[in-house]
Amino acid sequence: MKLTVNGRAVSATTGGTDFDPAKPAVIFLHGAGFDRTAWRLQTRWFAHHGRSVLAVDFPAHGWSDGPALETVAAMADWTAALIAAAGLKQAALVGHSMGALVAVETAARFADKVRALGLCGVAAEMPVHPEMLESAKANTLKVQELMTFWGMGNALHKGGMVSPGLWLRRESLAVLSGNQPGVIHNDLAACNVYKDALARAATIKCPTVLVLGDGDLMTPAAKAKPLAAAIAGARAVVIPNSGHFMIVERPDETLEALKSSV
Amino acid sequence: MVEAKFLKPDTLALHAGQHPDPVTGARAVPIYQTTSFVFRDVDHAASLFNLEVGGHIYSRISNPTVAVFEERVAALEEGSGALGVSSGQAALHIAIATLMGAGGHIVASTSLYGGTRNMLGLTLPRFGITTTFVNPRDHDGFAKAIRPETRLVLGETVGNPGGEILDIPAIAEIAHKAKIPLMIDNTFASPVLCRPLTLGADIVFHSATKFIGGHGVAIGGVIVESGRFDWEGSGKFPTLTEPYAGYHGIDFAEEFGPHAFIMRARTEGVRDFGSCMAPQTAFYLLQGLETLPLRMARHVENARKVVGFLKDNPAVERIASPELPDHPDHALGQKLLPKGTGSIFSFDIKGGREAGRRFIERLRLFSHLANVGDAKSLVIHPASTTHAQLDAAALKEAGIGEGMIRLSVGLEDPADLLDDLGQALRAAVKA
Repeated sequence: MKLTVNGRAVSATTGGTDFDPAKPAVIFLHGAGFDRTAWRLQTRWFAHHGRSVLAVDFPAHGWSDGPALETVAAMADWTAALIAAAGLKQAALVGHSMGALVAVETAARFADKVRALGLCGVAAEMPVHPEMLESAKANTLKVQELMTFWGMGNALHKGGMVSPGLWLRRESLAVLSGNQPGVIHNDLAACNVYKDALARAATIKCPTVLVLGDGDLMTPAAKAKPLAAAIAGARAVVIPNSGHFMIVERPDETLEALKSSV
Repeated sequence: MVEAKFLKPDTLALHAGQHPDPVTGARAVPIYQTTSFVFRDVDHAASLFNLEVGGHIYSRISNPTVAVFEERVAALEEGSGALGVSSGQAALHIAIATLMGAGGHIVASTSLYGGTRNMLGLTLPRFGITTTFVNPRDHDGFAKAIRPETRLVLGETVGNPGGEILDIPAIAEIAHKAKIPLMIDNTFASPVLCRPLTLGADIVFHSATKFIGGHGVAIGGVIVESGRFDWEGSGKFPTLTEPYAGYHGIDFAEEFGPHAFIMRARTEGVRDFGSCMAPQTAFYLLQGLETLPLRMARHVENARKVVGFLKDNPAVERIASPELPDHPDHALGQKLLPKGTGSIFSFDIKGGREAGRRFIERLRLFSHLANVGDAKSLVIHPASTTHAQLDAAALKEAGIGEGMIRLSVGLEDPADLLDDLGQALRAAVKA
């Protein structure tokens, strides 16, 4: 599905059903350097269980037009505009990593547009390793390898995907390698400097679930605790044997955690 | 300095795709000898059928034992995903059928397994898919043969039986310029000696019956996708970029991104054509994969000794092995397959077809049969067997002489192999 947000084409998948703004909507926001396809084992379930789904590509990602948005705040503004462009008054936001920070920022600043939050692989702050930033800036392969290596939980380095025959390491590298120069650095830099999550979280009132991996090296579950504590009534689900990519590493557990909240 | 310390290929050959069974603790991969899998409830069943969640439904489409094999091959080939099927020919067929229908066109190397050549040249035209064959060293020929309706460029890493090395990066560039994928039959190299997806290819397939198994007890095939080809940007692959009525209007590229091709190959290819891999077969092939790196090193070592022996033997007229400096692709072979170009090569005996017959019949250790890549050394006469369906012109085009002998050098003690070859060569030219 194509939408137009702020005059630029945005690509989204609807989970295999026609998008119907009359149904409760769920918008999925991907992480740094990734795209809509990361959500394939959540979107189709929601779309076939009473929700309307948009798993979007942020500007300059996947099939969406650029340029990339440079800050989490700008991505939140864009998300609010996306909700309106889709003909929605409100949507649940489900974000992964960078997308989760965007969801927090959007829910805090555009509270009337967000009915629920699902925050996957999230922490109160997401400092990025300097070598990753340097590599991203230089557009070398190293950043893609580090994001993949640290993103995958220990178990998945040996494989064992729920979807038969798929190999996560190469999936991650393939998606990351498809980015235009500068896009990964843009995303990582946006995460690195964003320090407003706790302050924003304190203002959030909508139902919220945090979905965390017990082996997440990028956003360790312990670093998400202050965020969970700051959001009134938030529930945190820690998935065993999962790294940062829980949405593809442990898709069933991720889906189960999200079902009741969004 | 930080670095990504991914598990290395030798480790992945033993571990990729499997964790010890959480219920029984079984360390080996269990054989899930079952046709079907019980659903938790009606909603779970519907969700599986609708690709909302991952899992197994019916072993024609997927099976846990086969899935370990698939993930392990994907890992070794550096692919985003793989599909195990009933044979190498099934892999070729499903890959082509996933990419095109009637009206589609393929540009293929002339240096191909005879069965591949047969499918492309004789069988698929009956279904409206045609092929133009090009000498693998004629790069301009590949570019010129590509038409608006071309949907695939196809070749073998190491050609059969002349040992031609395909310049994968160069041919990939030609294919990509035309917005079409390059598919490579990597059977003769195995992922130990060459990983075509890292050289620019988009799809790899194997007859897993050969080196991957290595034991000669199971027939199987596998297809691997790189995850990098831009199907949407190409605009030439509606099977991957337009709604598919066979799955409620699913758009594979939109929803599955780097898995678009392999998901369509699974959900349509083996679902509809039925050429699935049996779990018992996957188990056998997994036993082979565990030792593949060790075996390939020994295959190469033994083959080099045999080539060296034959090179100096007066009964031998010509050897077609890229291991030799006088082979036209020697330098390319060293560049693309630095660990060695494999253990399958051909040679001509002085005395033509009759001398060849005597040679084969006098061999004691080499088995005369239609297979390659076995742990045991094998021999065959291509013109009368694997490439028998080719006429004289096609044989010449494929570089196959009437007296050509193909060897697949195994893992025996090399001294025994040389003794066997020596006595058979003496007998062949004596008469």
